[in-house]
Amino acid sequence: MSSLLTLDHISKSFPGVKALTDISLQLREGEIHALLGENGAGKSTLMKILCGIYSPDAGSIAIDGKEQHFHTYHDAIKAGVGIIFQEFSLIPYLTATENIFLGREITNRFGMLDSTSMSKKAEALFQRLGVTIDLTEPVSHLSVAEQQFVEIAKALSLEARILVLDEPTATLTPSEADHLFNIMRELKSQGVGMIFISHHMDEIYEICDRITVLRDGCLVGECEVRSTDVDDLVEMMVGRKIENNFPPKALHTTSEVVIDVRAIQLTREAPVNSFTLHRGEILGFAGLVGSGRTKLALGLLGATPVHRKDVLVNGRAESLKSPADALNCGIGLLPESRKTEGLVLPFSIRENITLNNLAKHCDVGFIINRSHEGQVVDDLMRKVRVKAPDHECPVGNLSGGNQQKVVIARWLNHNCKVLIFDEPTRGIDVGAKAEIYRLMRALTNQGISIIMISSELPEVVGVSDRVAVFRQGRIVKTLAGDAVDSSNIIRYATGGA
Amino acid sequence: MGNVTETKVQGQGSLKMNAQLGRWRKSPVFYPLIGFIVIFVVMALVNDNFLTANNLSNVARQVSIIAIIAVGMTCAILTGGIDLSVGPVMALSGTLTAGLMIAGFPVELAVLAGLLVGALFGAGNGLFVAYAKMPPIIVTLATMGIARGLALIYTGGYPISGLPEGFAFLGRGEIFGLQLPILVMLVVYILAFILLNKTPIGRYIYAIGGNEEAARLSGVRVSRYKLLVYTLSGLTAALAGIVLTSRLMSGQPNAGVGFELDAIAAVVLGGTAIAGGRGAIVGTLISAMMLGVLNNGLNLMGVLPYVQNVIKGGIILLAIYISRSRDK
Repeated sequence: MSSLLTLDHISKSFPGVKALTDISLQLREGEIHALLGENGAGKSTLMKILCGIYSPDAGSIAIDGKEQHFHTYHDAIKAGVGIIFQEFSLIPYLTATENIFLGREITNRFGMLDSTSMSKKAEALFQRLGVTIDLTEPVSHLSVAEQQFVEIAKALSLEARILVLDEPTATLTPSEADHLFNIMRELKSQGVGMIFISHHMDEIYEICDRITVLRDGCLVGECEVRSTDVDDLVEMMVGRKIENNFPPKALHTTSEVVIDVRAIQLTREAPVNSFTLHRGEILGFAGLVGSGRTKLALGLLGATPVHRKDVLVNGRAESLKSPADALNCGIGLLPESRKTEGLVLPFSIRENITLNNLAKHCDVGFIINRSHEGQVVDDLMRKVRVKAPDHECPVGNLSGGNQQKVVIARWLNHNCKVLIFDEPTRGIDVGAKAEIYRLMRALTNQGISIIMISSELPEVVGVSDRVAVFRQGRIVKTLAGDAVDSSNIIRYATGGA
Repeated sequence: MGNVTETKVQGQGSLKMNAQLGRWRKSPVFYPLIGFIVIFVVMALVNDNFLTANNLSNVARQVSIIAIIAVGMTCAILTGGIDLSVGPVMALSGTLTAGLMIAGFPVELAVLAGLLVGALFGAGNGLFVAYAKMPPIIVTLATMGIARGLALIYTGGYPISGLPEGFAFLGRGEIFGLQLPILVMLVVYILAFILLNKTPIGRYIYAIGGNEEAARLSGVRVSRYKLLVYTLSGLTAALAGIVLTSRLMSGQPNAGVGFELDAIAAVVLGGTAIAGGRGAIVGTLISAMMLGVLNNGLNLMGVLPYVQNVIKGGIILLAIYISRSRDK
């Protein structure tokens, strides 16, 4: 089989960091090639080199055996490389058609937009994908999955023969992901070569032909999917066997209720939910994406307005009108998206950790005592094991796992009694995940209660003491003890029970 | 990660020096300071009269009005907002103070009333921005017109003069040989420096500009601090207006036309990101001084005012183009 794309001995350094060392990768026509590695292994850097955003220090890129030099993203597009980033580059107010032809609109002989022929071409593209999408709606009205399809169509309209999909399924529901896989299979049969980045092993086994594994910027190996089993892959990724990710569960859970949500109703039409959170337990919120778990948590916290809320915290009725109120009651949130909701990126680790508890570090009532602040932050960083040169390091430079630890440290600084973790390990590599789980368990052993919203089933099952299963905005079942298992959760979450 | 710590231990000495140099270059004050020095030196070389104590003190006094306004503006821009109403608020507070003195109120009371009205006006901006969640540029564009209109209504369009002698001290007096407007400016900057760099409120102002949602979700009362920022901006505008009124010994309803733009220029040239979250109050002061020196130097050289506008605009563009590399 001919090689469509050859990355040959690519190396790249950033000041102080060797990001990639001697990486080679071959992509054949009609092949789906998984690129696997922990966060920080160099996947994104490699892909940014492929699409001309970075230029390599050494090594070469060849397409159809012809060496290429990409100076900008446009060079790469011209050579037939299409990248679907995690953050979409669509303009929300324009329709799918307008987005696809953005910057190269088809005009008629009067120089006016020729919408008929653009629509026709767009329709043909989506036919090729086997997808029907309302081409007249602004893309912001489309689902995340549909927007992704528009991105793919756009890449194809640019005659991309090499398609890079960077964690495309992270924001999709299982059925949407299946739809995406069908599209990928269709493209595969048309000879498009694809590089697929994902943390989900099952997806890789479902759709990919070969796998390239990176670790710490080096090539660990390349193998056929058929002849490799999951344990070997994980070992290749992390360089060690991971036997058990999950720390032991709580030895004995108390019946002491910390938060008693007697009723919470998000809107007038929404269902009324109630649940309790016990001292020292991890209560999992399970359910499909969009089943209302995060909305409920934000409503409980006062971050979004709710129709009705009747909550007792430690036996006292609290109105919890804003996250600041919740904080006063000892309730903290670690949001789903660390970068957009959790961290102040221009801030250092120190400033991020002390963000919501500066009064603790003040002299004379209002002047921040830097050295006291620094000492406390250093202690916390040691406690949660943030890996960084020092506490003045900007959080933007940290890996996902370390960023999450910074957010955890922020709440530890506050002596919160209840922490809500929203997707605590999304985008975090396997090794750091285990560390986050251990931290969570250490917290509950100190009497802190945790609500963990998670879409990863093994995580929910492995970590939670009890699990509240959500479906369409409603808590349909609360599982405890031995009843906490994957099949039970799926049954209730999908309405199969 | 293990490797990183090892190398750090080995080369700590040189690393420290490099880091110090890098930190300096990354400091928001770095480029404004270079710009100030360059323009200062050029002006000193071109004009014989530039480097006299008298002239320099004049420059500082002329700059003080814009510089005082730019303090509130810096806070507003740091939160990711802006305050276009500062020029008219100056006029409103200045004329009101003048009017009250003419009506027979004691000087101190009139000044306090002027400051209070400025602060209240700013708080009005803040209510719309923080609680009604309207875009700052629209809110303050609207209140800009309202403030100017109120000043014109209050004065009937005529300057208010014949102010009591005691009031002249604020704009024309001296303490330890330092002209009072300069002294007021320095005090305001010292207070602002402490506020922004040493207190939780300052940290929150930066955090709101850096990531408002993260600040809110982690329990910072964002709306409250936004309200405070616009109140401060109104207050510093009022203070500038009163100092100017005292300097001129006349309350001018048309004072401060276009001052909001000069203040914004000083803030942005001073290294504060227009999107908020990054910047330094010292940079604002340096840039305000730089613009003042530029103005003064061009005047001394006899450059026509119309030409000066073009030169000033060009230098602002150039300066921001050069400092842009800092963000990368």
